[in-house]
Amino acid sequence: MKSEYDVLVVGGGPGGAMAAKAAAEAGLSACIIEKRPAIGTPVRCAEGVGEELLTEFIDPDPRWIAAKIDGARIVAPDGGELNLSPDMAGNEVGYVLDRKIFDRELVWKAAEVGADIFVKARAVDAIVEDGVVRGAVVEYMGSRKEVRARVTIAADGVESKFARWCGIDTAVPMAELETCAQYLMTDIDIDPALTVFYLGNEVAPEGYAWVFPKGERRANVGIGISGKKSGNGHRARDYLDTFVRRHFPEGKIIELIVGGVSVCRPLACTVANGLIVVGDAARLSDPITGGGIYNAMYTGNLAGKVAADCIGNGDVSREALAVYDRTWRESTMGKAIERNYKIKEYFITLDDEKLNTLINSAKKIKMDKFSTMTLVRELIQHNPKMLVELQALKKSLG
Amino acid sequence: MFTMLNIHREVCGYCGACVSVCPEGALELIDAYLSVSDACINCGICARVCPLGALEVTNEERV
Repeated sequence: MKSEYDVLVVGGGPGGAMAAKAAAEAGLSACIIEKRPAIGTPVRCAEGVGEELLTEFIDPDPRWIAAKIDGARIVAPDGGELNLSPDMAGNEVGYVLDRKIFDRELVWKAAEVGADIFVKARAVDAIVEDGVVRGAVVEYMGSRKEVRARVTIAADGVESKFARWCGIDTAVPMAELETCAQYLMTDIDIDPALTVFYLGNEVAPEGYAWVFPKGERRANVGIGISGKKSGNGHRARDYLDTFVRRHFPEGKIIELIVGGVSVCRPLACTVANGLIVVGDAARLSDPITGGGIYNAMYTGNLAGKVAADCIGNGDVSREALAVYDRTWRESTMGKAIERNYKIKEYFITLDDEKLNTLINSAKKIKMDKFSTMTLVRELIQHNPKMLVELQALKKSLG
Repeated sequence: MFTMLNIHREVCGYCGACVSVCPEGALELIDAYLSVSDACINCGICARVCPLGALEVTNEERV
């Protein structure tokens, strides 16, 4: 590990890998430090990703695709099923990844273009001088050393500490942290090309349960609930065990995966002098689905490019790096996060009866191509009793 | 009596959900174990959100 790089990336997930790759491709010296002893493990993800979103950055490869998904099903609290065809399901059609392999592939790609990678190397503090972030203090092989960088990219995930050390409050409100538990199950009866989402306040209060196939008879079976609904005797794992007993009592559990997913708004500002924050660390996971892989890859790639531009111009101030913040907020991804945040805020107010009504009425809606606004408009037509609240939702979406 | 945050390492799945909600930045996930610093105010938010129930704020006898 050198003591100085153009770009230092804290965290070796999809966001960090894309950031280091983009920086190295632009001719910069770049280094990823990953605190864990291996890239890609432990998995803390349901591993679903949209088809179009993924192919923007990497060609699909059977080595890290566990299942190709053709459709999605939403199951209402009363058991009513809404089946979404490939055209309508949008981002829910795509792939279920094998993150252990996928994450390694992304980091390998960064290494191939010249980035340095160090595992079991942990940032223990930020180097901040005169209000400018200038790298990190890194614990590696039993000793601590300063690694200085012109731009530091915080890609340290949901448990991010780096941005906090730089003075940015990244704490997620308890109610907006989905606490999740998932089993990788085998020997279960599923449709291997269909993702299934279960809604309801008994199944998963202010969250959902999911079945994401990973092959013929295996799947990620998981659940996420709002932090404010969690407590002794009713934690994510308790809900998951109830769900599994009901749906897959004969299945075998071969992995336990736990994690937190933020469903709050993104950080108010994702840059500081010498610092860019990406992916889950910037609270960029989707407020409805909780999906964060693409958002991390998109912002990681953008961060690497903006870092290169700013370093080239000799200005890594907050104002110069702010082009990163503006670009992602104005992007399709940024707008989707804002829109989905508002939809989520509405959805968590719904009791089971209203969820049943909405899901069952959505069955009657024919859409050639999925559009949130069309869906909301149609829901208003089908549900005159919910006119006021649905119109308020529609108005908030602009 | 004083309150303190206990970490049941045998239950912890080292996922970091607790770290993200800590208002004081007192928790840190170091590879496969969780550490708590003096900044902890025993607010118990982490204990509530933990998906496994690995954290607990308890009253302890001062020795």
